[in-house]
Amino acid sequence: MYVSLTLMQTTELYFSPLAQILLFAVGGILFVSLALCTSRLLRPNRPNAQKLTSYESGETPQGIAWVQFNVRFYVLALVFLLFEVEIVFLFPWSTIFANTELNHQTDGAWGWFAFFEMLIFIVVLAIGLAYVWRMGHLDWIKSKPETSNYKSPVPSRFYQEINKKFENTTHPKA
Amino acid sequence: MKGLLDQQFENGGVIITKVDDLLNWSRLSSLFPMTFGLACCAIEFMSTGSTVYDMDRFGMVPRATPRQSDVMIVSGTVTFKMADRIKQLYEQMSEPRYVISMGSCSNCGGPYWQHGYHVVKGVDRIIPVDVYVPGCPPRPEALIGGILKLHEKIRSESRMKPTAIEQLMNKDAQHV
Repeated sequence: MYVSLTLMQTTELYFSPLAQILLFAVGGILFVSLALCTSRLLRPNRPNAQKLTSYESGETPQGIAWVQFNVRFYVLALVFLLFEVEIVFLFPWSTIFANTELNHQTDGAWGWFAFFEMLIFIVVLAIGLAYVWRMGHLDWIKSKPETSNYKSPVPSRFYQEINKKFENTTHPKA
Repeated sequence: MKGLLDQQFENGGVIITKVDDLLNWSRLSSLFPMTFGLACCAIEFMSTGSTVYDMDRFGMVPRATPRQSDVMIVSGTVTFKMADRIKQLYEQMSEPRYVISMGSCSNCGGPYWQHGYHVVKGVDRIIPVDVYVPGCPPRPEALIGGILKLHEKIRSESRMKPTAIEQLMNKDAQHV
Protein backbone atom coordinates (compact mmCIF):
# COMPACT_ATOMS: atom_id res chain seq x y z
CA MET A 1 0.00 0.00 0.00
CA TYR A 2 2.70 2.39 1.07
CA VAL A 3 4.82 1.55 -1.92
CA SER A 4 1.99 2.07 -4.34
CA LEU A 5 1.18 5.44 -2.71
CA THR A 6 4.73 6.67 -3.06
CA LEU A 7 4.77 5.49 -6.66
CA MET A 8 1.58 7.44 -7.35
CA GLN A 9 2.97 10.54 -5.71
CA THR A 10 6.07 10.51 -7.83
CA THR A 11 4.04 10.37 -11.00
CA GLU A 12 1.67 13.17 -9.94
CA LEU A 13 2.00 16.73 -11.12
CA TYR A 14 3.52 18.97 -8.56
CA PHE A 15 1.96 22.34 -7.74
CA SER A 16 3.58 24.69 -5.31
CA PRO A 17 1.24 26.04 -2.61
CA LEU A 18 1.18 29.41 -4.35
CA ALA A 19 0.20 27.77 -7.63
CA GLN A 20 -2.60 26.00 -5.82
CA ILE A 21 -3.89 29.32 -4.52
CA LEU A 22 -3.68 30.70 -8.05
CA LEU A 23 -5.63 27.70 -9.34
CA PHE A 24 -8.31 28.27 -6.73
CA ALA A 25 -8.51 31.97 -7.57
CA VAL A 26 -8.75 31.33 -11.32
CA GLY A 27 -11.30 28.55 -10.80
CA GLY A 28 -13.38 30.76 -8.51
CA ILE A 29 -13.36 33.72 -10.88
CA LEU A 30 -14.24 31.47 -13.83
CA PHE A 31 -17.09 29.80 -11.94
CA VAL A 32 -18.65 33.04 -10.75
CA SER A 33 -18.27 34.85 -14.07
CA LEU A 34 -19.73 31.87 -15.95
CA ALA A 35 -22.75 31.79 -13.65
CA LEU A 36 -23.26 35.55 -13.94
CA CYS A 37 -22.88 35.49 -17.73
CA THR A 38 -25.36 32.62 -18.07
CA SER A 39 -27.94 34.41 -15.97
CA ARG A 40 -27.36 37.62 -17.97
CA LEU A 41 -28.00 35.68 -21.16
CA LEU A 42 -31.16 34.07 -19.86
CA ARG A 43 -32.92 36.56 -17.65
CA PRO A 44 -35.35 39.26 -18.68
CA ASN A 45 -33.82 42.68 -18.16
CA ARG A 46 -36.40 45.41 -17.72
CA PRO A 47 -35.17 47.97 -15.26
CA ASN A 48 -37.42 50.83 -14.20
CA ALA A 49 -37.16 53.69 -11.75
CA GLN A 50 -39.02 51.82 -9.00
CA LYS A 51 -36.93 48.70 -9.39
CA LEU A 52 -33.69 50.61 -9.17
CA THR A 53 -34.52 52.41 -5.92
CA SER A 54 -33.95 50.77 -2.58
CA TYR A 55 -36.76 48.70 -1.07
CA GLU A 56 -38.43 50.47 1.84
CA SER A 57 -41.62 48.40 2.17
CA GLY A 58 -43.26 50.31 -0.64
CA GLU A 59 -42.36 53.76 0.66
CA THR A 60 -40.36 56.21 -1.39
CA PRO A 61 -36.96 56.36 0.26
CA GLN A 62 -35.89 59.73 1.63
CA GLY A 63 -32.39 60.89 2.43
CA ILE A 64 -29.42 58.60 2.66
CA ALA A 65 -29.09 55.21 4.29
CA TRP A 66 -26.10 56.26 6.39
CA VAL A 67 -28.18 57.60 9.25
CA GLN A 68 -26.53 57.54 12.62
CA PHE A 69 -28.30 56.41 15.75
CA ASN A 70 -27.21 57.26 19.25
CA VAL A 71 -25.48 54.21 20.68
CA ARG A 72 -27.38 54.76 23.93
CA PHE A 73 -30.56 53.45 22.29
CA TYR A 74 -28.93 50.03 22.50
CA VAL A 75 -28.65 50.17 26.29
CA LEU A 76 -32.18 51.51 26.49
CA ALA A 77 -33.45 48.58 24.40
CA LEU A 78 -31.64 46.19 26.74
CA VAL A 79 -33.26 47.81 29.78
CA PHE A 80 -36.64 47.54 28.08
CA LEU A 81 -35.97 43.87 27.47
CA LEU A 82 -35.19 43.44 31.15
CA PHE A 83 -38.64 44.62 32.15
CA GLU A 84 -40.33 42.81 29.29
CA VAL A 85 -38.80 39.46 30.15
CA GLU A 86 -39.87 40.02 33.75
CA ILE A 87 -43.50 40.60 32.68
CA VAL A 88 -43.46 37.73 30.20
CA PHE A 89 -42.45 35.30 32.92
CA LEU A 90 -44.62 36.86 35.64
CA PHE A 91 -47.89 36.34 33.76
CA PRO A 92 -47.70 32.53 33.38
CA TRP A 93 -46.30 32.30 36.90
CA SER A 94 -49.28 34.19 38.31
CA THR A 95 -51.69 31.63 36.87
CA ILE A 96 -50.16 28.70 38.78
CA PHE A 97 -48.80 30.53 41.85
CA ALA A 98 -52.02 30.17 43.86
CA ASN A 99 -53.12 26.88 42.30
CA THR A 100 -55.29 25.31 45.03
CA GLU A 101 -54.84 21.78 43.74
CA LEU A 102 -51.07 21.97 43.74
CA ASN A 103 -51.17 23.65 47.17
CA HIS A 104 -53.32 20.83 48.58
CA GLN A 105 -51.06 18.20 47.12
CA THR A 106 -47.97 19.72 48.72
CA ASP A 107 -49.48 20.98 51.98
CA GLY A 108 -49.01 24.63 51.03
CA ALA A 109 -45.33 24.21 50.18
CA TRP A 110 -46.03 24.85 46.51
CA GLY A 111 -47.07 28.48 47.07
CA TRP A 112 -43.92 29.26 49.05
CA PHE A 113 -41.73 27.42 46.53
CA ALA A 114 -43.23 29.36 43.62
CA PHE A 115 -43.00 32.61 45.58
CA PHE A 116 -39.32 32.26 46.38
CA GLU A 117 -38.54 31.00 42.91
CA MET A 118 -39.99 34.18 41.43
CA LEU A 119 -38.39 36.31 44.16
CA ILE A 120 -34.96 35.03 43.13
CA PHE A 121 -35.75 35.79 39.50
CA ILE A 122 -36.90 39.33 40.29
CA VAL A 123 -33.87 39.94 42.50
CA VAL A 124 -31.54 38.91 39.65
CA LEU A 125 -33.29 41.34 37.33
CA ALA A 126 -33.33 44.02 40.03
CA ILE A 127 -29.57 43.68 40.30
CA GLY A 128 -29.40 44.38 36.58
CA LEU A 129 -31.61 47.43 37.02
CA ALA A 130 -29.52 48.63 39.94
CA TYR A 131 -26.39 48.24 37.84
CA VAL A 132 -27.91 50.26 35.00
CA TRP A 133 -29.08 52.93 37.45
CA ARG A 134 -25.68 53.08 39.15
CA MET A 135 -23.89 53.39 35.79
CA GLY A 136 -26.18 56.29 34.90
CA HIS A 137 -27.72 54.69 31.82
CA LEU A 138 -31.19 55.78 32.93
CA ASP A 139 -30.33 59.48 32.57
CA TRP A 140 -30.56 60.67 29.02
CA ILE A 141 -28.71 63.90 29.68
CA LYS A 142 -25.38 62.84 31.02
CA SER A 143 -23.04 64.78 33.21
CA LYS A 144 -19.63 65.38 31.76
CA PRO A 145 -17.15 62.65 32.56
CA GLU A 146 -14.76 63.61 35.33
CA THR A 147 -11.23 62.87 34.34
CA SER A 148 -9.10 61.87 37.25
CA ASN A 149 -5.38 62.40 37.30
CA TYR A 150 -4.61 58.71 37.39
CA LYS A 151 -1.39 57.68 38.97
CA SER A 152 -0.03 54.20 38.44
CA PRO A 153 0.20 52.25 41.70
CA VAL A 154 3.40 50.63 40.46
CA PRO A 155 6.29 52.60 41.97
CA SER A 156 9.11 53.51 39.63
CA ARG A 157 11.69 51.80 41.80
CA PHE A 158 10.47 48.41 40.47
CA TYR A 159 11.77 49.30 37.04
CA GLN A 160 14.92 50.77 38.48
CA GLU A 161 15.61 47.53 40.38
CA ILE A 162 15.37 45.45 37.23
CA ASN A 163 17.57 47.82 35.31
CA LYS A 164 20.09 47.87 38.13
CA LYS A 165 20.18 44.06 38.25
CA PHE A 166 21.17 43.79 34.63
CA GLU A 167 23.39 46.86 34.63
CA ASN A 168 26.64 44.97 34.34
CA THR A 169 25.62 42.50 31.66
CA THR A 170 27.57 43.08 28.49
CA HIS A 171 25.89 42.79 25.17
CA PRO A 172 27.55 40.43 22.73
CA LYS A 173 28.95 42.40 19.87
CA ALA A 174 27.28 41.75 16.57
CA MET B 1 -30.25 42.52 -26.08
CA LYS B 2 -33.26 40.74 -24.67
CA GLY B 3 -32.65 37.79 -22.39
CA LEU B 4 -33.12 34.36 -23.94
CA LEU B 5 -36.08 33.61 -21.72
CA ASP B 6 -37.64 36.92 -22.70
CA GLN B 7 -37.71 36.20 -26.42
CA GLN B 8 -40.31 34.52 -28.56
CA PHE B 9 -39.04 31.89 -30.94
CA GLU B 10 -40.49 30.99 -34.30
CA ASN B 11 -38.77 27.67 -34.89
CA GLY B 12 -37.01 24.98 -32.90
CA GLY B 13 -40.30 23.56 -31.67
CA VAL B 14 -39.30 20.36 -29.87
CA ILE B 15 -36.36 21.83 -27.98
CA ILE B 16 -38.25 24.98 -27.06
CA THR B 17 -41.25 23.07 -25.79
CA LYS B 18 -39.00 20.80 -23.70
CA VAL B 19 -37.26 23.87 -22.26
CA ASP B 20 -40.69 25.41 -21.73
CA ASP B 21 -41.80 22.37 -19.75
CA LEU B 22 -38.71 22.51 -17.55
CA LEU B 23 -38.94 26.26 -17.02
CA ASN B 24 -42.66 26.28 -16.30
CA TRP B 25 -42.31 23.35 -13.96
CA SER B 26 -39.51 25.01 -12.02
CA ARG B 27 -41.36 28.33 -11.92
CA LEU B 28 -44.62 26.91 -10.65
CA SER B 29 -42.91 24.64 -8.14
CA SER B 30 -41.23 27.51 -6.33
CA LEU B 31 -43.64 30.43 -6.38
CA PHE B 32 -42.33 32.70 -3.67
CA PRO B 33 -45.12 34.97 -2.44
CA MET B 34 -44.31 38.38 -1.06
CA THR B 35 -44.80 38.80 2.69
CA PHE B 36 -47.56 41.30 2.47
CA GLY B 37 -51.11 41.54 3.80
CA LEU B 38 -53.75 44.22 3.84
CA ALA B 39 -56.82 43.17 5.82
CA CYS B 40 -58.69 40.15 7.16
CA CYS B 41 -57.79 38.17 4.02
CA ALA B 42 -54.21 38.37 5.25
CA ILE B 43 -55.24 36.30 8.28
CA GLU B 44 -56.49 33.59 5.91
CA PHE B 45 -53.27 33.96 3.91
CA MET B 46 -51.32 33.42 7.14
CA SER B 47 -53.30 30.33 8.02
CA THR B 48 -52.68 29.05 4.49
CA GLY B 49 -49.01 29.17 5.42
CA SER B 50 -49.63 27.35 8.71
CA THR B 51 -49.10 23.62 9.23
CA VAL B 52 -52.75 22.73 8.68
CA TYR B 53 -52.88 23.99 5.08
CA ASP B 54 -49.11 23.89 4.53
CA MET B 55 -48.44 26.32 1.71
CA ASP B 56 -44.87 25.07 1.85
CA ARG B 57 -45.76 21.90 -0.06
CA PHE B 58 -46.21 24.04 -3.19
CA GLY B 59 -42.71 25.37 -2.66
CA MET B 60 -44.16 28.66 -1.48
CA VAL B 61 -42.04 30.41 1.11
CA PRO B 62 -42.95 34.03 1.84
CA ARG B 63 -40.07 36.35 1.02
CA ALA B 64 -39.38 39.63 2.77
CA THR B 65 -38.51 41.59 -0.36
CA PRO B 66 -40.16 42.02 -3.76
CA ARG B 67 -36.83 41.34 -5.50
CA GLN B 68 -36.97 37.69 -4.51
CA SER B 69 -40.69 37.08 -4.83
CA ASP B 70 -42.58 35.77 -7.86
CA VAL B 71 -46.18 36.22 -6.83
CA MET B 72 -47.95 39.03 -5.04
CA ILE B 73 -51.04 37.93 -3.16
CA VAL B 74 -53.12 41.07 -2.72
CA SER B 75 -54.97 39.96 0.40
CA GLY B 76 -57.52 42.51 1.45
CA THR B 77 -58.99 45.98 1.02
CA VAL B 78 -56.90 48.16 -1.24
CA THR B 79 -57.27 51.76 -0.11
CA PHE B 80 -56.03 54.57 -2.29
CA LYS B 81 -53.33 55.27 0.27
CA MET B 82 -52.12 51.68 -0.08
CA ALA B 83 -52.64 51.51 -3.86
CA ASP B 84 -49.65 53.79 -4.34
CA ARG B 85 -47.46 51.40 -2.35
CA ILE B 86 -48.87 48.32 -4.07
CA LYS B 87 -48.01 49.76 -7.46
CA GLN B 88 -44.49 50.56 -6.27
CA LEU B 89 -44.03 47.08 -4.78
CA TYR B 90 -45.32 45.47 -7.95
CA GLU B 91 -42.89 47.49 -10.04
CA GLN B 92 -40.07 46.43 -7.74
CA MET B 93 -40.74 42.73 -8.27
CA SER B 94 -38.54 40.99 -10.78
CA GLU B 95 -40.01 39.37 -13.87
CA PRO B 96 -41.79 37.07 -14.40
CA ARG B 97 -44.22 38.27 -11.75
CA TYR B 98 -47.73 37.13 -11.00
CA VAL B 99 -50.57 38.60 -9.00
CA ILE B 100 -53.31 36.79 -7.13
CA SER B 101 -56.17 39.05 -6.13
CA MET B 102 -57.59 37.54 -2.96
CA GLY B 103 -61.05 38.33 -1.69
CA SER B 104 -63.94 40.52 -2.78
CA CYS B 105 -62.28 43.78 -1.72
CA SER B 106 -59.31 43.46 -3.99
CA ASN B 107 -61.38 41.83 -6.74
CA CYS B 108 -63.90 44.64 -7.08
CA GLY B 109 -64.05 46.74 -3.91
CA GLY B 110 -66.37 44.24 -2.23
CA PRO B 111 -68.57 45.73 0.52
CA TYR B 112 -67.00 49.13 -0.13
CA TRP B 113 -68.25 49.19 -3.69
CA GLN B 114 -70.93 51.81 -3.11
CA HIS B 115 -69.87 53.94 -0.17
CA GLY B 116 -66.16 53.36 0.26
CA TYR B 117 -64.76 56.69 -0.91
CA HIS B 118 -61.29 55.49 0.04
CA VAL B 119 -61.30 52.03 -1.54
CA VAL B 120 -59.94 51.07 -4.95
CA LYS B 121 -62.71 49.26 -6.80
CA GLY B 122 -60.61 46.32 -7.83
CA VAL B 123 -56.84 46.05 -7.67
CA ASP B 124 -56.83 45.23 -11.41
CA ARG B 125 -57.29 48.95 -12.04
CA ILE B 126 -53.73 49.43 -10.80
CA ILE B 127 -51.80 46.23 -11.53
CA PRO B 128 -52.47 43.30 -13.88
CA VAL B 129 -54.10 40.38 -12.07
CA ASP B 130 -53.62 36.74 -13.06
CA VAL B 131 -56.02 34.95 -10.74
CA TYR B 132 -59.03 36.21 -8.81
CA VAL B 133 -60.00 34.32 -5.67
CA PRO B 134 -63.61 35.05 -4.64
CA GLY B 135 -64.76 35.12 -1.04
CA CYS B 136 -65.05 37.50 1.89
CA PRO B 137 -62.57 36.41 3.10
CA PRO B 138 -61.81 33.30 1.04
CA ARG B 139 -60.97 30.26 3.10
CA PRO B 140 -57.41 28.91 2.83
CA GLU B 141 -58.74 26.14 0.61
CA ALA B 142 -60.00 28.79 -1.81
CA LEU B 143 -56.60 30.50 -1.83
CA ILE B 144 -54.93 27.17 -2.51
CA GLY B 145 -57.42 26.74 -5.36
CA GLY B 146 -56.26 30.10 -6.71
CA ILE B 147 -52.64 29.04 -6.40
CA LEU B 148 -53.40 25.85 -8.36
CA LYS B 149 -55.15 27.97 -10.98
CA LEU B 150 -52.00 30.07 -11.26
CA HIS B 151 -50.01 26.83 -11.61
CA GLU B 152 -52.23 25.94 -14.57
CA LYS B 153 -51.59 29.33 -16.12
CA ILE B 154 -47.83 29.08 -15.73
CA ARG B 155 -47.84 25.51 -17.04
CA SER B 156 -49.35 26.69 -20.32
CA GLU B 157 -46.81 29.46 -20.88
CA SER B 158 -44.62 29.12 -23.93
CA ARG B 159 -41.66 30.83 -25.48
CA MET B 160 -42.93 29.91 -28.93
CA LYS B 161 -44.46 32.71 -30.93
CA PRO B 162 -48.26 32.38 -30.95
CA THR B 163 -49.43 31.28 -34.38
CA ALA B 164 -53.20 30.97 -33.97
CA ILE B 165 -54.02 34.51 -35.09
CA GLU B 166 -51.62 34.30 -38.01
CA GLN B 167 -53.27 31.07 -39.18
CA LEU B 168 -56.71 32.64 -38.87
CA MET B 169 -55.65 35.64 -40.93
CA ASN B 170 -54.14 33.40 -43.60
CA LYS B 171 -57.38 31.46 -43.74
CA ASP B 172 -59.34 34.71 -44.17
CA ALA B 173 -57.00 35.83 -46.93
CA GLN B 174 -57.55 32.56 -48.76
CA HIS B 175 -61.33 32.92 -48.58
CA VAL B 176 -61.26 36.47 -49.89
